[in-house]
Amino acid sequence: MALHDLLLALPITFATLWTILLIVVEATAKRAQLTFSLTSVGFLILITMMLFPSEQGYAFGEMLRLSPYSQFANFVFALSGLLVITLSQSYLAKENIHFGEYYIIVFIATLGMMLMASAAHMVVLFIGLEIMSIALYVLAGIMRKDLRANEAAMKYFLLGAFSSGFFLYGISLIYGATGEMTLFKIGIYLQENSATSLFWIGLSLMMVGFLFKISAVPFHQWTPDVYEGSPTPSTALMSTASKAAAFTALITVVLNVSSQTENNSNWIFALSTIAVLTMVVGNIAALSQDNLKRMLAFSSIAHAGYMLVGIVAGSDAGYSAVLYYALVYSLMNIGAFGVIALIEQQRELTSASDYAGLFKEKPLLAGVMALFMLSLTGIPPFGGFIGKYKLFAAAVESGLSWLAVVGVLASAVSAYYYLRVVVFMFMREPQAENQFEGVVLNPTLVLIALLVFLLGIFPTGMLRFAGEAMKFAFNM
Amino acid sequence: MHIELNHYLWLSAFMFTVGVIGVLVRRNAIVIFMCVELMLNAVNLSFVAFSHFLSDIQGQMMVFFVMTVAAAEAAVGLAIVISLFRNRQTVNIDEINLLKG
Repeated sequence: MALHDLLLALPITFATLWTILLIVVEATAKRAQLTFSLTSVGFLILITMMLFPSEQGYAFGEMLRLSPYSQFANFVFALSGLLVITLSQSYLAKENIHFGEYYIIVFIATLGMMLMASAAHMVVLFIGLEIMSIALYVLAGIMRKDLRANEAAMKYFLLGAFSSGFFLYGISLIYGATGEMTLFKIGIYLQENSATSLFWIGLSLMMVGFLFKISAVPFHQWTPDVYEGSPTPSTALMSTASKAAAFTALITVVLNVSSQTENNSNWIFALSTIAVLTMVVGNIAALSQDNLKRMLAFSSIAHAGYMLVGIVAGSDAGYSAVLYYALVYSLMNIGAFGVIALIEQQRELTSASDYAGLFKEKPLLAGVMALFMLSLTGIPPFGGFIGKYKLFAAAVESGLSWLAVVGVLASAVSAYYYLRVVVFMFMREPQAENQFEGVVLNPTLVLIALLVFLLGIFPTGMLRFAGEAMKFAFNM
Repeated sequence: MHIELNHYLWLSAFMFTVGVIGVLVRRNAIVIFMCVELMLNAVNLSFVAFSHFLSDIQGQMMVFFVMTVAAAEAAVGLAIVISLFRNRQTVNIDEINLLKG
């Protein structure tokens, strides 16, 4: 019984044991390079595990739910974690913070995300969210001599803890209203009984917690400051995998309360208003940013808005589009932050105009960056286009065509600030001779670019996985 | 007077509100953090109250996890405050304003 549970939850069991191994190795050997290698091996094993179909069901007394859904999500998290640590290495060395602990904490954050995606009980959901968040607070402040990083970590920590308070109060009120904390039992209760106002207050408070984590408007003010101040590789993780984790947990919760939210005009109105505000505010604020990290922070707010469209659609097509978009978005955003980290570590250059003439000196790097920017804009044939298309198509199918129209208009606005970077790189002269000397292209970036490109041309395989993940996600 | 579920819930809602207002109006990082802890403990009170009146153990189980998480959060949070104080000699969040758009 217990052994069967451990095997069923193998990815999580493995990740937990591997974390302990990493801590012991780092404490005894104190060699960052060794810890890096072991962490990469851990991520690679996790990714391999996710590629094979496995048994599904509940483990540990209905605490965890292992399914193709959690498998797809865990694949995204492990892949993001692996890419982030390979992009971090040279950055950390340059900033004199090359500690082995960094890699361990990235691994722990990934473990938290995996728990969130596999949660079947509110306790696991909360613990997963906190494991992820606390690890990310540390990652934000890991440059402890740097004033900006201190400030970013402080803001992230205070607002993150504040939002977990709301999230927890939401759990408590839902527990009080339904008498259950296991998600599917809450679902059964809601099918048989009508929801009380206590339940709705609880659900709203929980949504506030989620919206903080995915930085949706009006809970987005922390995002630009935190993303700008944190070390760039940490920002890459926070802006992608942690958002993907919050979205997977959000889908889990929404699916289990769907008997109340489906065809509920108040719910659809509230959520679509937030989605529209998030898309519009994110894109418009990004227009006036010169610092690329701030620009990507606002653009990540806008992308959270696009993904919310899939949630509002409330159909399997919408949810699987969110999963697919989470994968593509993680890849392209980690890639964009990876390029910024490369240039920042050499030259302390972070504004768009500093990228002038990059193509002349480093054509391949400029090409890779251009690919990420075009994909983020949603221009075919890159992965970002398919992802956005699926999201908006799901909205149209659910009779929310106006939402899709707003989304398309908002992404048309976003073309301005993404393409501005491309124009600077390709069409302007460098500000100084040999400005980008010493910038070495990391092969990982080429790999990410290739993946984004392939997801754009041959999306069928991955889309099928995302679709199956939803189809078999929650039917017992 | 007989104490019922509602009394506990109102008390916990009141404590939670005090915590929220504290986070919004106070400027000292440590005090803000204490207000966050007050919010968490207000929630704990409501968990225990629900657990008692529903005759269900899960709420009390949750409280232990929340306390553990709060302890971990305090460790990380205070470490961040200390590293900030070492560099800036202040924990007033109005004076911490390097990052502005």
